[in-house]
Amino acid sequence: MYLNSIFTNPERLERLLDIAQSSFLPLLEGAIQYTIPLTLISFTIGLVLATLTALARISTIKILQIVARIYVSIIRGTPLLVQLSILFYGLPTVGITLEPFTAAILGFSLNVGAYASEVIRAAILSIPKGQWEAANTIGMTYSQSLKRIILPQASRVSIPPLSNTFISLVKDTSLASFILVTEMFRRAQEIAAFNYEFLLLYAQAGLLYWIICFLLSLVQGRLENRFDRYVAKT
Amino acid sequence: MIAINNLHKSFGDLEVLKGIDLNVEKGQAVVVIGPSGSGKTTFLRCLNILETPTAGTVAIDGHVADFSKPLSKKKITEFRKQSAMVFQHYNLFPHMTALENVMEGPVTVQKIDKQKARAKAEDLLVKVGLKEKMNEYPFQLSGGQQQRVGIARALALEPKVMLFDEPTSALDPELVGEVLQVMKELALEGMTMVVVTHEMRFAKGVADEVLFMDAGRIIERGTPQEIFDNPKEERTKQFLNLIQKADTI
Ligand SMILES: Nc1ncnc2c1ncn2[C@@H]1O[C@H](COP(=O)(O)OP(=O)(O)OP(=O)(O)O)[C@@H](O)[C@H]1O
Ligand SMILES: [Mg+2]
Repeated sequence: MYLNSIFTNPERLERLLDIAQSSFLPLLEGAIQYTIPLTLISFTIGLVLATLTALARISTIKILQIVARIYVSIIRGTPLLVQLSILFYGLPTVGITLEPFTAAILGFSLNVGAYASEVIRAAILSIPKGQWEAANTIGMTYSQSLKRIILPQASRVSIPPLSNTFISLVKDTSLASFILVTEMFRRAQEIAAFNYEFLLLYAQAGLLYWIICFLLSLVQGRLENRFDRYVAKT
Repeated sequence: MIAINNLHKSFGDLEVLKGIDLNVEKGQAVVVIGPSGSGKTTFLRCLNILETPTAGTVAIDGHVADFSKPLSKKKITEFRKQSAMVFQHYNLFPHMTALENVMEGPVTVQKIDKQKARAKAEDLLVKVGLKEKMNEYPFQLSGGQQQRVGIARALALEPKVMLFDEPTSALDPELVGEVLQVMKELALEGMTMVVVTHEMRFAKGVADEVLFMDAGRIIERGTPQEIFDNPKEERTKQFLNLIQKADTI
């Protein structure tokens, strides 16, 4: 029907092209102002959180292990949308009011922190014990061994799974629309609410998400190559 | 240089070292032989505290570690600096070139200036015959070359004692010689070393003393001639028979 009407009705086609053209900039603006910064900031904070959580989980200190486990379990066991709602709509009840953007950063960072901590933990554990021992025998302390020997090798192993986390995060930022962050998807909703061209606007937003993720996968490939320089090519 | 007193190590219920006593003079090379599972690796690892002994004392060049009480991390790190281990499977850092592997200890641990550390690492790699391979990553090196980097990495920290755990047993036969040669030169320069190896020729040519270990104890000790040509203990004889047979197959 839709396609049919486009081809039989040149005016309709023209209207759609007009809308597509005029909504492109606002959508792009949403991406540049919110989607991309949300992703980059949350991912950075999330990675730090994830590394600390992974270290807590492999540490020999019981209480750190338990705290880390509970954190990961809660974040993984509840929907992101619920987490964001609690942060933005729930916390004011106890006197903590967050800006939409702040709440979103907090929510996404906590989320990445939990998921990526599992990736980083597995990567650290995958480094052979002999590497720790070699570090020890040349006199390194625990933190020197981690920083110089273990984490550099673990990062290579974690690039593919962390890229997945990153790409998921790009798409998950659309949930911030629900707590009033005017990121790309919310722009699309707002424009569509005004002109009723839902299919067009949501498809347009989808296309932009896809392009961003595609560019990211190119970056991932380059990173992998860079880190693979010390591994035998098979 | 090394004084080991009544060293014990258990893994749970399994007692692996049942009281080892040993004195090694400065500049001596001691070779440890013995059947698989007798505790040779565990013994060496205890000297570098890669395993924590359950009881006993080890003194290296005046630094005493008494294992009857728990040691602080700082004390362990300090004690470890007295010796350095060369591993059976090299355990090079795969993300660093040969040169970076050797520089790592001096730069990160001893905080030596990078230029100086580089010059020193280059000298060491030249010494082990790897002048041409300094900027290669471990995966680009043969087993024998990797092990020689391993030796240079251990030497870079100027340990008082070098510990070798079957350094040639993971190597193809034609690569064994180049590693043993480097070790022999070290011994001739007066490095104090404890070497676990079944390379009889090396033991005969280099060792000041040979220890035969079995089931967590030193069963017999003596000069290479005494142990290899005229063993007294029945178990030593059996073991030597076995490895000589394996050699001639
Ligand atoms: N981390 C560990 N946990 C439990 N048991 C261990 C551990 N390391 C070694 N063992 C046990 O201790 C005993 C001695 O092992 P060790 O590796 O010292 O023998 P080895 O003389 O070096 O043998 P090989 O000639 O095969 O290398 C073996 O029975 C081994 O199974
Ligand atoms: Mg062994």
